[in-house]
Amino acid sequence: MSISWLDDFRQQAKSQFEQTGFPSNRLEDWRYTNVSVIAKKEFPLAKIENAPVFDGSQGGTAFHFVLVDGFFNAELSNLPKTITVCSINDALNNHADLLQSKFNQAITQTHGFIDFNTANFTDGLFVHIAENGVLEKPIQIIHVATQEAILPTRHVVILEKNAKATLIETFSSSENNAYLTNSVAEIFVGENADLTLYKVQQESETAYHFGGTYVQQADNARFTHHNFALGSVLARSDIVCDLATAAECELNGLYLGSQKQHLDNFTRINHLQPNGISREFYKGILNDQAKGVFQGRIVVAENAQKIDSKMNNRNLLLSNEAEIDTKPQLEIYADDVKCAHGVTVGQLDEKSIFYLQSRGIDEATAKHILTFAFANEMVDKITVPSLRESVFNLLLARFPEGAER
Amino acid sequence: MLKIKDLTVNVGTKEILKGLNLEVKAGEIHAIMGPNGAGKSTLSHILSGKSGYEVTGGSITYNDKNLLEMPAEIRAREGVFLAFQYPVEIAGVTNVYLLKAALNAVRKHKGLSEVDAMDFLTLVKAKTKALDMDEKFLYRAVNEGFSGGEKKRNEILQMAMLEPQLCILDETDSGLDIDALRIVADGVNALRSENRAFIMVTHYQRLLDYIKPDFVHVLADGKIVKSGGAELALELEEKGYGWLEQA
Ligand SMILES: Nc1ncnc2c1ncn2[C@@H]1O[C@H](COP(=O)(O)OP(=O)(O)OP(=O)(O)O)[C@@H](O)[C@H]1O
Ligand SMILES: [Mg+2]
Repeated sequence: MSISWLDDFRQQAKSQFEQTGFPSNRLEDWRYTNVSVIAKKEFPLAKIENAPVFDGSQGGTAFHFVLVDGFFNAELSNLPKTITVCSINDALNNHADLLQSKFNQAITQTHGFIDFNTANFTDGLFVHIAENGVLEKPIQIIHVATQEAILPTRHVVILEKNAKATLIETFSSSENNAYLTNSVAEIFVGENADLTLYKVQQESETAYHFGGTYVQQADNARFTHHNFALGSVLARSDIVCDLATAAECELNGLYLGSQKQHLDNFTRINHLQPNGISREFYKGILNDQAKGVFQGRIVVAENAQKIDSKMNNRNLLLSNEAEIDTKPQLEIYADDVKCAHGVTVGQLDEKSIFYLQSRGIDEATAKHILTFAFANEMVDKITVPSLRESVFNLLLARFPEGAER
Repeated sequence: MLKIKDLTVNVGTKEILKGLNLEVKAGEIHAIMGPNGAGKSTLSHILSGKSGYEVTGGSITYNDKNLLEMPAEIRAREGVFLAFQYPVEIAGVTNVYLLKAALNAVRKHKGLSEVDAMDFLTLVKAKTKALDMDEKFLYRAVNEGFSGGEKKRNEILQMAMLEPQLCILDETDSGLDIDALRIVADGVNALRSENRAFIMVTHYQRLLDYIKPDFVHVLADGKIVKSGGAELALELEEKGYGWLEQA
């Protein structure tokens, strides 16, 4: 099926991508992450295949929207009946005008991954919550990769005035495959609406991952994001939020790198109008030869007075060969603002290790406990109990001696 | 139980303990007093196995074993407990988790099985109540955001749970209000037994009114310069330390 307005977007993005390819690390926003290895892999585009059996859902506590290799699988899914939730391909037929009015509108600055996505996305989630609408339980978008291919997906989520919803997005694979996830979400949080989004990236250890979340927040809109970067050999996440008057944005993140993992977290909060609040808190634990990147930029426009913004990035390096590039940036053009940022990079606190030892706990266990506690602070922020438990268990799998099962 | 002989300890190139001798037998309570910077906390840390100190001479035997050769966690499992002058805050680790992990580490060392979850809860709640602490403290991160006095009480809670043989209290009384001091003292007195010994570092007679020591020592400039009975503390309270240094 061909839809002309979309074909125009696709054509334009395609020719853009043909010129630039995936982003070069000569670009400022990509300087710590070299993705040339991905182009060299020459992954084919994914094809629709039979769905595998999988587990990773939140049981009855959430709706499920399942994407197998980037294709919506209705049989495995379970969607709310009273609220518009469907695949993007369905929305192209059934909600064409609304989709057209929003498509590509949350993306203010593009790059190779986004262009590739626009040109090639196979499917994705479409959500429209009408004014005052409330999603009674979270929708979990479950990505399952089964092929050695590129899996481009595109979501469009629209919350009208006073609407409220929670989304969970999980990425995993059926086997230890090499593939490239390329997922882009455009999110529109209407006036005084409230959206919480959890992302749990546990791709296979040889997979590549790009996930971009682009958020438009209207006046008084609230957006909360929790980003857990656990899997993948090379992963990059973009989170870009544009805030109107008195909008609030909270970005939390945890990246756990081991072996040769490279985990890049790029965030940008644009305070475009006055009275906004933003809170950003990212933590990283890097072991072996893993490398972490935190690029957090907060921009306060000239007329955006009375902004209250805090950014914090804390890192734990567990090996001599592990590395972190952390770059918090405040770009402030207004004069009446309250902005603070802090960064720490370090090892576990010697005094804390000794304190535990002095209570009979051996040094290795003490280190596991403290490492676990460092990470668990972010897991504790999850307010969906079943999700908190499953992420807690993922953390336990990484640091098995750090806590009680 | 504990024999310290001619102990000399450096931090960097600075000599802090300068030939310290002390013998503690099971069932005894020893108070150590002395001016700021004399080396009291250094001695406590050395006993508990903290790194960063260099023992340049002398020996410490504990239950006929060479204490200095034991890693800190083995000392704890063998019954050495230090209630710190400045307890550490540990974000993200709950009190109850630490208590259970510590208790199980000690039990395992003694060849006992892990404590039953229900028994543990009953026990820990009883001890918490005895120290007049709210149960909520159990589920808070270790010492995080605790007031000075709450931290000290928390140290005694850990001590009560682990039932050590040699209890070292480094200025546990400092920062406690009058009621808290009595509660903590009751906690300590409840632990007194003929198999257990206490070393209490303090600056104040007040604590010794509640917990009567068998011996009082003055530690000044890295050495025990005077020892006596409980009455020595009263004399110190009256005269200060000056008269000892001149002697
Ligand atoms: N890590 C260190 N580096 C340098 N000097 C140290 C270190 N630790 C202890 N000292 C010094 O050793 C001396 C003894 O310190 P210690 O803490 O043992 O004294 P204290 O008797 O416990 O004093 P207070 O009554 O004030 O608690 C002090 O002069 C102190 O500054
Ligand atoms: Mg001291």
